[in-house]
Amino acid sequence: MGTTNVELPKAGFATYEAVKYALQNNIRQYAMLIALIFIMAFFQIATNGILLMPMNVTNLVLQNSYVLILAIGMTLCILTGGNIDLSVGSVCAFIAAIMGHLVINLKMDLIQALAISMLVGAIIGIWQGFWIAYVRIPAFIVTLAGMLLFRGLTNTMLKGLTLSPFPEAFQKISSGFLPELFPGLSWELASTPIMIGIIFSVILVLAQLKKRRDKVKNEAEITPISLFIIQLLLIICAINLFAYWLAAYKGIPMILLILGVLIVGYHFFTTKTVPGRYIYAMGGNEKAAKLSGIDTNKVFFFVYFNMALLSAVAGIAFASRTNSAFPLLGNNFELDAIAACFIGGASATGGIGTVIGAIIGALVMGVLNNGMSIMGIGSDWQMTIKGFVLCMAVAFDVISKSKAK
Amino acid sequence: MGVILEMKNITKYFDGVKALDNVNFKVVSGEIHALVGENGAGKSTLMNVLSGIYPHGEYSGAIVFQGKSCIFRNVRDSEKMGIVIIHQELALIPYLSIGENIFIGNERSKAGIINWEKTHRHATELLNKVGLKDNSNVLIKDISLGKQQLVEIAKALAKDVRLLILDEPTAALNETDSDNLLNLLLELKKSGITSILISHKLNEVIKVADTITILRDGATIETIKVNGQAVSEDRIIKWMVGRELVDRFPKRAPKIGTVYFEIKNWNVYDPQNNDRKVIKDVNLKVHKGEILGISGLMGSGRTELAMSIFGKAYGKNITGKIIKDGREITINNVRQAIDHGLAYVTEDRKTAGLILIEDIKHNISLSSLKKLSKRLFINDEQENQAAVAYRKKLNIRSASIFHKIQNLSGGNQQKVVLAKWIFAGPDVLIMDEPTRGIDVGAKYEIYIIINQLAEEGKSIIFISSELPEILGICDRVYVMNDGRIVGELEREAASQESIMKCIMQSNRGCC
Repeated sequence: MGTTNVELPKAGFATYEAVKYALQNNIRQYAMLIALIFIMAFFQIATNGILLMPMNVTNLVLQNSYVLILAIGMTLCILTGGNIDLSVGSVCAFIAAIMGHLVINLKMDLIQALAISMLVGAIIGIWQGFWIAYVRIPAFIVTLAGMLLFRGLTNTMLKGLTLSPFPEAFQKISSGFLPELFPGLSWELASTPIMIGIIFSVILVLAQLKKRRDKVKNEAEITPISLFIIQLLLIICAINLFAYWLAAYKGIPMILLILGVLIVGYHFFTTKTVPGRYIYAMGGNEKAAKLSGIDTNKVFFFVYFNMALLSAVAGIAFASRTNSAFPLLGNNFELDAIAACFIGGASATGGIGTVIGAIIGALVMGVLNNGMSIMGIGSDWQMTIKGFVLCMAVAFDVISKSKAK
Repeated sequence: MGVILEMKNITKYFDGVKALDNVNFKVVSGEIHALVGENGAGKSTLMNVLSGIYPHGEYSGAIVFQGKSCIFRNVRDSEKMGIVIIHQELALIPYLSIGENIFIGNERSKAGIINWEKTHRHATELLNKVGLKDNSNVLIKDISLGKQQLVEIAKALAKDVRLLILDEPTAALNETDSDNLLNLLLELKKSGITSILISHKLNEVIKVADTITILRDGATIETIKVNGQAVSEDRIIKWMVGRELVDRFPKRAPKIGTVYFEIKNWNVYDPQNNDRKVIKDVNLKVHKGEILGISGLMGSGRTELAMSIFGKAYGKNITGKIIKDGREITINNVRQAIDHGLAYVTEDRKTAGLILIEDIKHNISLSSLKKLSKRLFINDEQENQAAVAYRKKLNIRSASIFHKIQNLSGGNQQKVVLAKWIFAGPDVLIMDEPTRGIDVGAKYEIYIIINQLAEEGKSIIFISSELPEILGICDRVYVMNDGRIVGELEREAASQESIMKCIMQSNRGCC
């Protein structure tokens, strides 16, 4: 086609044009973030300020922790070529059931039980990963089978009953908070979140500055300095505001720490490491990836193995939050996680998507749920609205992409 | 004869970039009109304007067809007038039959119910017209690319075509199929069908065209009436590139060293069919600093040979020896091949060579991430530096190393593939059709890169369907046919005739 030699703006481009170009370029990247802010603003008004009350912000994190964990793993699955994992909800339930059986029925030591649960998660990962990556049965089918299989095993284990309660130590995973760093300070706010917020901001600013310097060095187009500073300020504000909210309630929840580690870790993994790059390469063009010396079977296997592990983590977190293991636990979790990824900009054909995007997508869903619950909207309407949002978000993505061409 | 089509002052922008600049294009009724130009010159764009793919309003200018001013909102509008375009990527559905494909969107039906008897009867008539003897019930996936091209033409005939546009119809065809197709065009001309032929293959253009229009940078440069007199390729090329290409192949004084890489008794079976041997007892050797050509018709097993050597990326039950630098090595997968200093530039850069949705930087580093990382952590700084260096070295034209591959021209894409493999630091480079589908200027640049690599002492295996290219840059040529090496020619002895003779003789020997 004759459309291939599209000229790009060069240095010396008028400032106004450059800003416009940068905005256009970044609009998709930030669109969902902006949407999230709008949704939050809307509910903040609609709920008379309840949404962003410190207690509710903490609640929001606790409520959505499981989707956030699953969305991270699901992003990797989708990246390999639009493959999804339908079994995650059932795996969550199965792991919760095992946990319940070990701790409640057999009175096993908590650490030991956690280790066994994670091991079972790993075995499930190996089982599904093998069929998907080495036998090349479509992931959709293998995980659909897994969804039935592990739901069935859950029911068998629980004999259709609910196991409860877990010991207090186990409940702490989702309901505990990090201890105060400076308990001596008699402040109205908890000091730990504030400190961490400030440290985090500094690290982020330094990282962004370095990235910008690199881009300049490599003759890449960069956003104009004014826009860059605004961007940084916004991010710093967001982080510290969030820290303030946490501080105004009980501090940093334990589960947020786990989440934080997972998000930062997987963000780093997907953007800065060789295996992470291989996942994107495989999703972008598997044939080319293979001929570049990448063992795509291994990549594929790892991604599903990892998904099962994260499902185990999510299952444990959820069991801890509800303080029980029950047959219907994890129902529709897979759909929430998949929706989060697509709302967050992942491509249904693979190769495009980010962990951060999926997190934003999950938060969009979470805020919708939470906001509507506070407003007293029934779960039937909640589902309808979430479905609509998913469709619109992906439509926006598709339309903006076809415009870009 | 009258003018059937006139396109007046056509101007078209893509994102503020002028793709067509006041183009005037006139086609006389009943002629074969060739449209030539470098990639990005605007040929396809012009034809997309004509066929309504870019609807009225997205361009400025007028289209007059058969004396009437036309406004096409979509492809259907132009087809109604009898203008049919056949794209380079064929629009056939593999799991439907020939007959179904011919009448797709144009079904022989009554009240929405397809009349199969009529479909296949008419399909057979049309197939006869284009000289295809296959049954119309055969599925498209089961016939060769050359035949598929004929089905496309039959499909156009079914639509009562008056102006047939063919975009690079022979790009993927071998010589026999190409000849067939060109002869068919001449036949159709006799029955009054006008055609526009877009092609990079100038020899074909000269053979069949009555008029040649040359486009450059979105503007018409020259229109030549052929009228039976010979037009020289060099003159056309000069117009196309806007400069004198003194020599299409850069000069080089070969410095050939000792034998460096050898394949012995290489046998490969078809992965789908255990009984079919695809590569039969192939022996070959390459010296240091040598450019070794592998010539042969399409389907002769060249790509299969290359891919089976490159980490068994193709084939089953592979037997034989690989000897590099005097030592036998075993290569079981692509990773090992790369680690042993092999590189393979794939035949089809879009489906197998590049990740189109990623940027230049990530594509260049893909097979060399080991070099750029420490304990699996990629060093960004080093990766950027490498990409910048190779972008400069290979003169990849783009805004930056963060430019997405899908927005580059074919020639620049190919340079990215080369950059990727040169960066991997191979000693033996296998290049499969490295200049396919790219324009003359970019080809020249790629030849220069290949020459430099040979100069550095690397062994190059150069696979190409274009004989002039093989003769122009190779030091020695193997001729392949039917999975065998059927001839070995030194530079002095190699000519189009001698290569074809090897193939013909081997055909006679086996049948």
